[in-house]
Amino acid sequence: MRPVSYSRATDVGAAIGAVSADPESAFLAGGTTQVDLLRIYVEQPRRLVDINDLPLNRIEELPGGGLRLGGLARMSDVAEEPELVRRYPMVAEALLLGASPQLRHMATIAGNLMQRVRCSYFRDVAAGCNKRAPGTGCSAIDGINRGHAVLGTSDCCIATHPSDLGVALVALDAVVQTEGPGGTRSIPIDDFFLLPGQTPEREHPLTHGELVTGIDLPPLPVAATSRYIKIRDRESYEFALASVAVAMSVVDDRITEIRLALGGVATKPWRARQAERLLDGAPATTESFTRAAEAELAPAVPHGMNTFKIELARRTIVRALEIMAQREGTT
Amino acid sequence: MKSYEALRTAPNPDHAVVRGPGEVEVHLHVNGESRTAIIEPRVSLLDALRDRLELTGTKKGCNQGACGACTVWVDGRRVLSCLTLAITCENREVTTIEALSEGDTLHPMQQAFLDCDAFQCGYCTPGQIMSAVALLAEGHVGDDTEIGEWMSGNICRCAAYPHIRAAIRRVRDEGGPGDASR
Ligand SMILES: Cc1cc2nc3c(=O)[nH]c(=O)nc-3n(C[C@H](O)[C@H](O)[C@H](O)COP(=O)(O)OP(=O)(O)OC[C@H]3O[C@@H](n4cnc5c(N)ncnc54)[C@H](O)[C@@H]3O)c2cc1C
Ligand code: SF4
Ligand code: FES
Ligand code: FES
Repeated sequence: MRPVSYSRATDVGAAIGAVSADPESAFLAGGTTQVDLLRIYVEQPRRLVDINDLPLNRIEELPGGGLRLGGLARMSDVAEEPELVRRYPMVAEALLLGASPQLRHMATIAGNLMQRVRCSYFRDVAAGCNKRAPGTGCSAIDGINRGHAVLGTSDCCIATHPSDLGVALVALDAVVQTEGPGGTRSIPIDDFFLLPGQTPEREHPLTHGELVTGIDLPPLPVAATSRYIKIRDRESYEFALASVAVAMSVVDDRITEIRLALGGVATKPWRARQAERLLDGAPATTESFTRAAEAELAPAVPHGMNTFKIELARRTIVRALEIMAQREGTT
Repeated sequence: MKSYEALRTAPNPDHAVVRGPGEVEVHLHVNGESRTAIIEPRVSLLDALRDRLELTGTKKGCNQGACGACTVWVDGRRVLSCLTLAITCENREVTTIEALSEGDTLHPMQQAFLDCDAFQCGYCTPGQIMSAVALLAEGHVGDDTEIGEWMSGNICRCAAYPHIRAAIRRVRDEGGPGDASR
């Protein structure tokens, strides 16, 4: 681990000023990504600006019926907020199915969206990796890629986006609030995560020193009937092989509203728009669910070891929709 | 067990000042005592506890957040000391396994781990116990499935899980003999 200097920011302006003035500075929130990657030389800032004392951990009502989650709110606290559990259960479930209780006490929700990929070549400074060291090639494309993505990949990078929270947020059309040297911005969540394309080192549209201050959940009544389903190699404390965030309403056996997003299989939290289009207005039957899942996975590109993820993702989508349909049918 | 008095009277460096990258004085408050360590800002809480403050009860397993052996409490919440920088704990209360017993009297959870045979090599045990005591305070100890999920941040390579759950059930139920076969 490279030596670093340290300061603790007491207000938002000072934090932004300190990091934006120095290209080698970085924010330190819960540290569960930052300290890990510093230790293995993947991240190499010379100075950490601790933002944990900033007053950005509140959860507030938004006018019009949404919720604003402070960027520094901890995963554990957000997951237990009663209004979030009632109005957006899939967000609480995505948080509780991530990491471990200890990590959730430390990790902030802004840090969760900013976490880096778990690709083992990205984490190994001796390996070629276009994301960590642009132009050095992607070791995963012909390497060990069982955990890698099948959707949204490029010939430069196939790493899966690891966030569970992000998947629920893209299904909800959440909005990321930021503040930087240039002022404040609102970034729709789908634009907040960038596809790797030819520039996999660029994961977010943020400028250096721009701080995620909050995440807005828009009012969305259908989100009150929502779930997050996560499939993984072991029951807990593991990243997703495939996951589904779904909100659905059914009237007279027809789907009247649907939000669907995928995790564990794509290079960014993946809004399943193709499937949504087919499901909207369709009968709530396994047949429609299967058709929609197949359409969403049609453009999937396997890379050998991760071929199984295409079928796994299809089945996870169908299962998630069936669970929702049964629940809707009984209410 | 906790005394916040010392925390209030501890030296209070100006946190806005940039410190390091060389060694600096870091003022910690551990198990009710003020402790000063001369360390670089990059030093983890785990290494500061073990190598500087002679509190070696907390164990280093993976050093990357994946095992839970290093679990301690910061401001009363269970966290991983391997991914926490010691300097970030200034003005916070750190509690380690060494603080659980009162003299020779073990904490009920420590006693239950002994009585239920909740370990083999014992390496994960301090982390398991710090997690288990915190878990009781958090709730989430309804049945074995719930205990298993909320203890999943503590890996045991010896797979003593059934006995660990038994120890937790026993403390939850206050005293009855733990039964690992349940
Ligand atoms: C063993 C392990 C298992 C995990 N399992 C899961 C899982 O199953 N699901 C899941 O979703 N996640 C998982 N995680 C990831 C974890 O959730 C993230 O590491 C965590 O959310 C990051 O938040 P943090 O506050 O610790 O960020 P930090 O580590 O402090 O920061 C991460 C990055 O974000 C930047 N940053 C932090 N805050 C801000 C801000 N407000 N504005 C702008 N930039 C910021 C930092 O500069 C840094 O680059 C796991 C992590 C570990 C170590
Ligand atoms: S998949 Fe992406 S992160 Fe992994 S080695 Fe290839 S370029 Fe690097
Ligand atoms: S040593 Fe900290 S989690 Fe393994
Ligand atoms: S008792 Fe050996 S690792 Fe748990």
